[in-house]
Amino acid sequence: MLAGSAAILLLVLGLLSAALLRRPAIPEAETGGRVWFWGFGLGFPLVTLAALTLYGLVIGERLLPRDAPDLATVEAEARQWAWTFTYPDAPGLATDGVLHIPAGRPVDVRITSRDVIHSFWVPRLAGKLDAIPGHVNILRIEAPAAGTFAGQSAEFSGEGYLGHVFTVQAHDPAAWARFLAGGTP
Amino acid sequence: MTQRTALRLHKALARIWAPEPGWRGWLTTNNNNDIGRLFLAVATGFFVIGGILAMLIRAQLATPGSAFMGPEAYNQVFTMHGTVMMFLFAIPFFEALSMLLLPGMLGTRDLAFPRLGAYGLWVYIFGGSAVIIAMLMGLAPDGGWFMYPPLTSAAFSPGLGADVWLLGITSIEVSAIATAVEVVVTVLRYRAAGMSLSRMPIFAWYILVVSVMILTAFPPMILGSLLLETERALDWPFFQVENGGDPLLWQHLFWLFGHPEVYIIFLPAAGMIATILPVMSRTTLLGYGWVVAAAVSLAVLSFGLWVHHMFTTGIPHLGLAFFSAASTLVAVPTSVMIFSWIGTLWKGRVRMELPMLWLLGFFATFVIGGLTGVMLAVVPFNWQVHDTHFVVAHLHYVLIGGYVFPMIAAVTYFQPLLTGRFRYFRLGEVAFWLVVPAFHVTFLAVHVAGLLGQRRRTWTYDEGQGWEILNLVASIASFVMAIGFALVILDILINTFAGLRGQRNPWGAPTLEWAAPTPSPTYGFGSIPIVRGRYPMALDPDLPQRIAKGEGYLADTARNRRETLIVDTMTGEPAEVAVLPGNSRLPFLLAVVTSTSFLAPLVGAYWLSALALSGVVIIALIWVWQLVPATTEGPVDAGRGALLPVASETANPPGWWGSLFLLLADGVHFGSLVFGYAFLWTVAPNWPPSSYLRSEVWPVMLALGGAVALIAGPRLLARAIGRPALPGLLVATCGALALAAAAASVMLARPAPEGHAYDATLWLLAGHTAFHAALVLIMLGYLSLRRIAGHALRVGEARIVSLWADFAAATGLVALGAAWLPGAFA
Repeated sequence: MLAGSAAILLLVLGLLSAALLRRPAIPEAETGGRVWFWGFGLGFPLVTLAALTLYGLVIGERLLPRDAPDLATVEAEARQWAWTFTYPDAPGLATDGVLHIPAGRPVDVRITSRDVIHSFWVPRLAGKLDAIPGHVNILRIEAPAAGTFAGQSAEFSGEGYLGHVFTVQAHDPAAWARFLAGGTP
Repeated sequence: MTQRTALRLHKALARIWAPEPGWRGWLTTNNNNDIGRLFLAVATGFFVIGGILAMLIRAQLATPGSAFMGPEAYNQVFTMHGTVMMFLFAIPFFEALSMLLLPGMLGTRDLAFPRLGAYGLWVYIFGGSAVIIAMLMGLAPDGGWFMYPPLTSAAFSPGLGADVWLLGITSIEVSAIATAVEVVVTVLRYRAAGMSLSRMPIFAWYILVVSVMILTAFPPMILGSLLLETERALDWPFFQVENGGDPLLWQHLFWLFGHPEVYIIFLPAAGMIATILPVMSRTTLLGYGWVVAAAVSLAVLSFGLWVHHMFTTGIPHLGLAFFSAASTLVAVPTSVMIFSWIGTLWKGRVRMELPMLWLLGFFATFVIGGLTGVMLAVVPFNWQVHDTHFVVAHLHYVLIGGYVFPMIAAVTYFQPLLTGRFRYFRLGEVAFWLVVPAFHVTFLAVHVAGLLGQRRRTWTYDEGQGWEILNLVASIASFVMAIGFALVILDILINTFAGLRGQRNPWGAPTLEWAAPTPSPTYGFGSIPIVRGRYPMALDPDLPQRIAKGEGYLADTARNRRETLIVDTMTGEPAEVAVLPGNSRLPFLLAVVTSTSFLAPLVGAYWLSALALSGVVIIALIWVWQLVPATTEGPVDAGRGALLPVASETANPPGWWGSLFLLLADGVHFGSLVFGYAFLWTVAPNWPPSSYLRSEVWPVMLALGGAVALIAGPRLLARAIGRPALPGLLVATCGALALAAAAASVMLARPAPEGHAYDATLWLLAGHTAFHAALVLIMLGYLSLRRIAGHALRVGEARIVSLWADFAAATGLVALGAAWLPGAFA
């Protein structure tokens, strides 16, 4: 996207410079409208935008939550200014500020809020999705390997917004089983 | 000989159009030249305040862990920076320029409703000052300029800050709507003779589109503010999930306004570019029709994009695809405009004057902002950079590059016309070379910081995240930019008071505003020009002299009042003579009581608010009363052998046109209310409510009968001109009362609006109906008083009341139907 944008920028600025340097002796009448409007005005953006939108939709399609046999589900509830995570696979288990997930498996995070609007964002795992009181939004994430990932809220929520962060801990299968059983992973 | 004719005409007109002497003149004037200048000065003042706030933000972010501000102060500062720049600077500034320039461009003497313009100015000054004073008292809003509830609800923002925002900003929106109505009617009706739609200067097209957008985009925001303020003050739970509300409703209403708002700000700048750039290239605009079509389609498309501000709220995938495609599509009309301008430069010979420099600054900046905008329309990318500094940088590229730079070009370009002086001191070039490079350094750094994950609205950051250098660079460059902007203002001030006295039309521009003497006198034109093409000054270089000598329309000053020409909307043929009001203190007084009724609830003085509201009604009645003389005069001599009716004696007087466009805004407001009701019904959790309103039969009969009487009564009145008016008045009054009674039955049947969002919405639907019935009653009372005082009833007056009565009947039936139907089918 960056390269394409740079190319377009150079094209526009190039045309602009050419137009500035060109100094016809007598200003011309309305000519060349066909090239400027049908070509540059309509044709050029329509083609590039169609390609770009299609590309975005295909990528977006891949990010969609789909049925998967080994899908795990966790729940995230935000409040000013903390996160509580619960695990339907282990009723009664709750962690504050640290989300535990299995590594190498798709995970659905069911996101909601107890007070104002927040947003769940773990930049290295997925884009952000809002936590809205009364609504549950589902975000699909997958950690490639066991490890720790930084997460933060990404919707302004008042004075404690800066410190509204959490971490995601991804476990290998054995550690994940130990965690769900209530032991230390 | 002819010089003497021109001088005599000038003296007579200058006397008729003169403001009152001394400082009182500023309070009572309603001439577009005076109002526009005040507007421009005040908007510039708010730009300086917003700029100082921006400098506070950059000072805080310059170093990690800064102790300059804490989060309480920082949250107020960034909220106020956004609010001041968007609401107190950007919109009023282009409104001010339009007020100053539009009558000249169209070849008329003033705007259609001078007193409305003055009223809009004073409401803006009072509302804006209240917001700034609250900030200085430490009571500023701190929830971000888009004010998402529940963070801004009473539970999480108990202080006054959010109320200041809601009431202050709403009063400013009232001012914007007043100005928009004035501009639409002016462009459609008040033009030079022979100026058909296709001969209008391009800026008139742009500002017409923008004004219609204001009338359709601001009402959802006004409704949102009304809902949030009602929730805060009376606990009606529109956004509280547990009681049937939904915070997402606010986001929809806000961005239904907020996205068109971006184009409301950009299009006037584009209109200025399309005006100035051809003159700077010594040629005419390439593809006038293409550009008009692009402006219209940009306006239409901009209403289909609001959801792209909400991509991270959990919108269904199909919705994302639709709005993503629609968002990229706006790039098409934008690129039509850009290439029209480049094509214009291509066919012309460019001269590098200061306005042209700023336009080049626009190109370099805006194209980058547009490209990052297209990136943001791609959903997966949006999910990563949403709410980071990348978005901050994008919007500054679009708004500063796409709005501020062209507006500086416009001010420097029109300075000879507005001040009568030409630039002598060359500070402006220095300012340009400070502002533009510093701008790019600042916001390129901010882009990168956003891509590296720096969240917007965080008051500081820790060391070691890789953001230190970027932020320091951005802060230093932003201070250079601020110095540059200060020089821009200084340059304009110096040249205003000490520039060279210039001759008429220094740029050789082809449009009518340059046909007036410089600086433009209060009356604008000695006589209303006759135009035969799109570029009248190019077709006829002697036009200024012939206008001044009185060879156009309305050169006769014998009637000793302010007159201008009304033309046929399509063809521009002379149609009517408009009589404009003279100096008056009513706009100022009306603004005082309006602002009091808005701001008194801030200190809990609801009684004062109610008192001020009755003041609004009384002053408005006096206002209308003074406008229309007691007797009719028949057709008058408009010059050049034309005998034209006076506008107030026609079937569709200016007040009818104004009402029509005000009702457009009112209708959108009502539509937003119905949308909110349907939205809560289908999307909010905790719906449906535990029980429905079940109406008895008599309120339904009252509503139906009332609507019929409301539609019939004023029509009887319009037909009975010269005959007894009593039957029509009586029928219409009974209709309004019946409709109001039906609305009251809804409130009586569900007496607890604070219980559930369903009940609260019913109260708003019924309240809307009752309010409009009451408006019609006030109008009918006014007509009755006129009859009792022995004034002749005019068909136009009856038709204006008819318009409002039809609206009350139609929206009343829809509102009450929406309230009753679910219960009838449950």
